[in-house]
Amino acid sequence: MNPVDAAERATDDASGAPGENGRRTALGTLRRQLQQILALASLIVLVGFFSLASSNFLTWSNITGILLSTAVIGILALGTTFVIITGGIELSLGTGMTLAAVMTGVFLVNLGWPLFLGVLGGVLVGALIGLINGINVAFLKIPPFIATLAMMLIAEGLALVISGAAPIYFTEVSGFNDISRGNVIPGLDLPNAVLILFVLTLVGAVILGRSILGRYTFAIGSNEEAAGISGINIKKWKIIVYTLSGAFMGIAGVVLAARLNSAQPSLGVGYELQAIAAVVIGGTSLQGGKGSVVGTLIGALIVGTVTNGLRIMSVPQEWQTVIIGLVILVAVYTDILRRGKGG
Amino acid sequence: MDDQQLLTINGVSKGFPGVQALSGVHFELRAGEVHALVGENGAGKSTLMKVLAGIYHQDSGAIAIDGRAVDIDGPQAAQDLGISIIHQELSLMPDLTIAENIYIGRERRRGFGFFVDDHDLNRRATELFDHLGIVLDPRAKVGELLVAQQQVVEIAKALSFDARILIMDEPTAALTESETNTLFRLIRDLKRRGTGVIYISHRLEELKAIADRITVLRDGSYIDTLTTDETDLRHVISLMVGRHIKDETRPLPADGAQSTVLEVTGLSTKGLLKDVNFDLRRGEILGFAGLMGAGRTEVARAVCGADKADAGEIVLHGKRVKIKTPSEAARLGIGYLSEDRKRFGLMLDQDVHFNILISSLPRHANALGLVREERARQESRRYVDTLKIKTPSTRQRTNNLSGGNQQKVVIAKWLLRDCDVLIFDEPTRGIDVGAKEEIYDLLDTLAKQGKSIIMISSELPEILRMAHRIVVMCEGRVTGILDNADADQEVLMDYATRSGVHGGITA
Repeated sequence: MNPVDAAERATDDASGAPGENGRRTALGTLRRQLQQILALASLIVLVGFFSLASSNFLTWSNITGILLSTAVIGILALGTTFVIITGGIELSLGTGMTLAAVMTGVFLVNLGWPLFLGVLGGVLVGALIGLINGINVAFLKIPPFIATLAMMLIAEGLALVISGAAPIYFTEVSGFNDISRGNVIPGLDLPNAVLILFVLTLVGAVILGRSILGRYTFAIGSNEEAAGISGINIKKWKIIVYTLSGAFMGIAGVVLAARLNSAQPSLGVGYELQAIAAVVIGGTSLQGGKGSVVGTLIGALIVGTVTNGLRIMSVPQEWQTVIIGLVILVAVYTDILRRGKGG
Repeated sequence: MDDQQLLTINGVSKGFPGVQALSGVHFELRAGEVHALVGENGAGKSTLMKVLAGIYHQDSGAIAIDGRAVDIDGPQAAQDLGISIIHQELSLMPDLTIAENIYIGRERRRGFGFFVDDHDLNRRATELFDHLGIVLDPRAKVGELLVAQQQVVEIAKALSFDARILIMDEPTAALTESETNTLFRLIRDLKRRGTGVIYISHRLEELKAIADRITVLRDGSYIDTLTTDETDLRHVISLMVGRHIKDETRPLPADGAQSTVLEVTGLSTKGLLKDVNFDLRRGEILGFAGLMGAGRTEVARAVCGADKADAGEIVLHGKRVKIKTPSEAARLGIGYLSEDRKRFGLMLDQDVHFNILISSLPRHANALGLVREERARQESRRYVDTLKIKTPSTRQRTNNLSGGNQQKVVIAKWLLRDCDVLIFDEPTRGIDVGAKEEIYDLLDTLAKQGKSIIMISSELPEILRMAHRIVVMCEGRVTGILDNADADQEVLMDYATRSGVHGGITA
């Protein structure tokens, strides 16, 4: 069995609506997964539509291009899926990612650390931002929206201060560019950034579906009070969730920097909204308690495909943004319809 | 029966701002005993159980288990001491499966403690269910179960702890008769194994079947402990309500053959209400009595369109009406004053003027939609004066008013809106004694002016003092409609505990 399937099964397949005596029914299972099925179907329809609209769309180089441009938003979205399932939100994703990228530049270029240490340092900067978010939310009881909004501004400012508002180039750091652009599978022209996205999807799906952390993520989002009465240390697990999301943010920062071969201190604002959009399109509920990692991957691919397809069709940038906004409305509304019927 | 003393509660007190929930309560539990805890709403049963469950900590008094003093300083400590509670309000996580809910926090882990062993989880849940004779799929999501099934999961969860002390707070409230019988079988099985069970129920007739002893609380104080076999339920009821003298100030029914203002027939909701019928007359105060969860608030909410009714007919001033939202109700002249003023009745950050005007703004605005501030403020001042709202000015934030004056602001809001049917849900809850009198006077005055009033109250003396007629509910049904002259506390309590009686009336 495909390991992702196996991991997701724990959260999704076991959830078929019970009929009498709580027995599951095929129909219930279908309804449960409707959002994911719809998302996947939309993705297929989109790909079909753009293929017909432009002969340039369904080419290997364009597909890898879509995947490459989806990678960063996808990685951000994977991590924040956990936060959103707890009923929280994470707005410092974009600028936090930028700060992680800038710090990676500081470690590798300014301080001359070895490649591995510098990359690890960048990821840990992301995790640290998440940790602080988690502490602010769990201990100081600052609402997640405000705590991470403040962190978004702090990270944006710090990235500019530390870099002196100038890009840091990695041209002297050998092998850094390969983290995103290289390709480790011989004979397959697939950029490493895309592989990282897929591997992290797998990791995320296993954590969410199988681990204690994943279980408590759902428990907190489902009924925080009940989880507390059940003896779960809510504060601790919330902090872990935000830290995990931060680590994914750090990885996204490294991947982005490696793709551009530079850390751009003014790039990053707006990524958080695209990532949250991907999570929502993938069927994760902003009310918490419901969601899946694979859904998020599909959501990210939809965002990437729409952007790319519209560009190929020469739709102006401004209209692309409008259309992404409409896609979010449709996705969330189908979720509301689904839940309404679910009663 | 084993006479071993399992749990001793001695002189436990607990206060909250404005109310002393428990004062010097005693309670004992032997191993292998079912000890029922009864009392009216607000007698302190749930507070006492929350102290035992580690959700509250007592202000004073001692708790001992096996004769040794213990300090229960959190839910985890209670679990460690072998105390397990089935909460009255369901405390399950709807998005998790049954097995996940039961064993949350106690999962067996694999792979360096990182992974949940779902096989083990489902196997343990299956074994538990087989043992308890429960037919449910442990892998089904709790959110998709019926309420009764969720209740079964709660019970199974509590039993899964192998607790020595098991607290059941209204465990049968949502169960059918056969499910109740299954539960009783489980309880008897637990008794044989030496578990002590504290059983809280409003269904007094159940106690005969299941309880060994009954302890009565009233107003947060210990009243008495009785052996079930040597007592009858009438005696228990009289201890619960206390021996109040018939109140002399109760009003006579409003004069004449008053016209019927509101007539409700066959009102039912999927969740709770079953075929509720009553009528409300002009100038009448109609009391709604019943225990917690009897469905009184649900009736009010269904009538004013806050909740959806699945069946039933509402006739207002002789015309059949469909009320789908509270704003339609307000337009028809029905105002609902929620028991939770702070959540539903007031905008606390706003001033008195703002709150009084909020439902009637269009009438106080000019053609451009701008509020005619001077005239509007005169109106709100007028109501502050006539209702004697104690506030330095209409610009005072309602947050800074006392409970009684906040209530008057809500009343002013509905009066300004020209409502002639006013539904008061627990109008004096959280209001101190002096202010209660003012609210009572105000209700009387309103009735005399021809307003029709529904008053939901959990305090029987209040109902008996204020209401011309009294509707008594139990478990979603109307079990009796009484004239004030025919009612006293014991009669009302009798009707309020008549579960399963289909409107049969004996006085």
